[in-house]
Amino acid sequence: MAEILSLHDAVKQFVHDGDSVALEGFTHLIPTAAGHEIIRQGKKELTLVRMTPDLIYDQLIGAGCARKLIFSWGGNPGVGSLHRLRDAVEKQWPQAMEIEEHSHADLANAYVAGASGLPFAVLRAYAGSDLPKVNPLIKSVTCPFTGEVLAAVPSVRPDVTVIHAQKADRKGNVLLWGILGVQKEAALAAKRCIVTVEEIVDDLNAPMNACVLPTWALSAVCLVPGGAHPSYAHGYYERDNRFYQAWDPIARNREAFTAWIDEYIRGTADFNEFKAKLASASEAAQ
Amino acid sequence: MSYSTNEMMTVAAARRLRNGAVCFVGIGLPSKAANLARLTSSPDVVLIYESGPIGAKPSVLPLSIGDGELAETADTVVPTGEIFRYWLQGGRIDVGFLGAAQVDRFGNINTTVVGDYHNPKVRLPGAGGAPEIAGSAKQVLIILKQSNRAFVDKLDFITSVGHGEGGDSRKRLGLPGEGPVGIITDLCIMEPEAGTHEFVVTSIHPGVTREQIIAATGWAIRFADSVQTTAEPSEVELSALRDLEARTAAAHGQAPGEA
Repeated sequence: MAEILSLHDAVKQFVHDGDSVALEGFTHLIPTAAGHEIIRQGKKELTLVRMTPDLIYDQLIGAGCARKLIFSWGGNPGVGSLHRLRDAVEKQWPQAMEIEEHSHADLANAYVAGASGLPFAVLRAYAGSDLPKVNPLIKSVTCPFTGEVLAAVPSVRPDVTVIHAQKADRKGNVLLWGILGVQKEAALAAKRCIVTVEEIVDDLNAPMNACVLPTWALSAVCLVPGGAHPSYAHGYYERDNRFYQAWDPIARNREAFTAWIDEYIRGTADFNEFKAKLASASEAAQ
Repeated sequence: MSYSTNEMMTVAAARRLRNGAVCFVGIGLPSKAANLARLTSSPDVVLIYESGPIGAKPSVLPLSIGDGELAETADTVVPTGEIFRYWLQGGRIDVGFLGAAQVDRFGNINTTVVGDYHNPKVRLPGAGGAPEIAGSAKQVLIILKQSNRAFVDKLDFITSVGHGEGGDSRKRLGLPGEGPVGIITDLCIMEPEAGTHEFVVTSIHPGVTREQIIAATGWAIRFADSVQTTAEPSEVELSALRDLEARTAAAHGQAPGEA
């Protein structure tokens, strides 16, 4: 059964230094508030897994939480580069970071394999690509029935997965809808799973085939309205495209980045305080 | 109507998407061209985005590959794993529509690094969905602006394979799809030459010279025996494109043409 906890307590209890951590959400429902809390609590030496690192991992990497990154596309969607990711890869700032690079199809299959309790995933991939030359974990397997050579990649089985969803009920059953990405697979592939939600309700009223994660498959559910900002939560709020643009100059420069993290993340007690600070700063700028 | 070279590129790319085709769409220029096709010559084109929407019909262009607009206008939204497993690897994609940071003469694509992988000059975003789209879609179209930094003699990294080393490379690699059949730029259209599969210029956009194309290509680009002149954008195509960009700009708070 999932415990209903504060985000502070859930991160404290379930995310440990040195863990492999997947914060998933494919442009939608990105668990930003949980990323912030991991920075606030100063978690270290994490192996971060995520198909699309996005701003959330730019922040974790720049704040010095990451030892390694497993990913398949690292950019600021619609804007450009992730400058903190690039600085870590190109100049080892704030520390050296190992990267393990895949394609989307590979990582999506690897999560499916992880959720299925399998050690590896099989897919038709990578023929002619240089990625297997730089990632020795991309191997091949010969089909025992047809003789076809297929790609074999290790499954993703994080110590802890964190996702954001629209609703939970009071028992901790979770409902999400819209673009689902690999959230369900990531949740079920992990040893422990934290879900932040927009609201907690008496009854989910979920349609029969809806994407529901039962409470007994989760570790903790935390009420964090707005917790996916600057991404969006379908039915609740839209993507804050301006924040993605505003992030570029902040992240471009080490000092500006560190000042932002100190002020907005380390300088706030929780996500509500962060939201209030961001809102008053954006009011002042108008 | 007068038009820009970027508009010519988008219109020329949109024309390549036949009505009814099932198209796996990359974000940015491919998404713009694919939606222009849907709004003009190919109303029944099926647009699939890797985040999960199948049959998306956005009224404004998405900024990210998973904008809510794509989900709301789709026939169905499926998990990302299913997109790659059932719909792409399952052999259901007619056309993969890709952008690129760099291409070579065989339509191989680099979106990973410039320079050495372990000590890169420029770290690019990486593979995303492109390697398997390039491998498994029945055909691939590539759209990007032409310059000798983007059209290079030798790629530092092959992220997504085109025609490999040319000739029967794809067959030897066991790739199911036909590979890239067109590269559409702001100057011209290139298509693979029969046999060698080296991309040669088959159509030049109005007002563009062969010298311009040669200067903007990092390899010794060749021209097909019979080179066409690309038809200018029609009024219908241009107004559909400009309306789409204006709607997008209004929705996202951007200047037209930025998206």
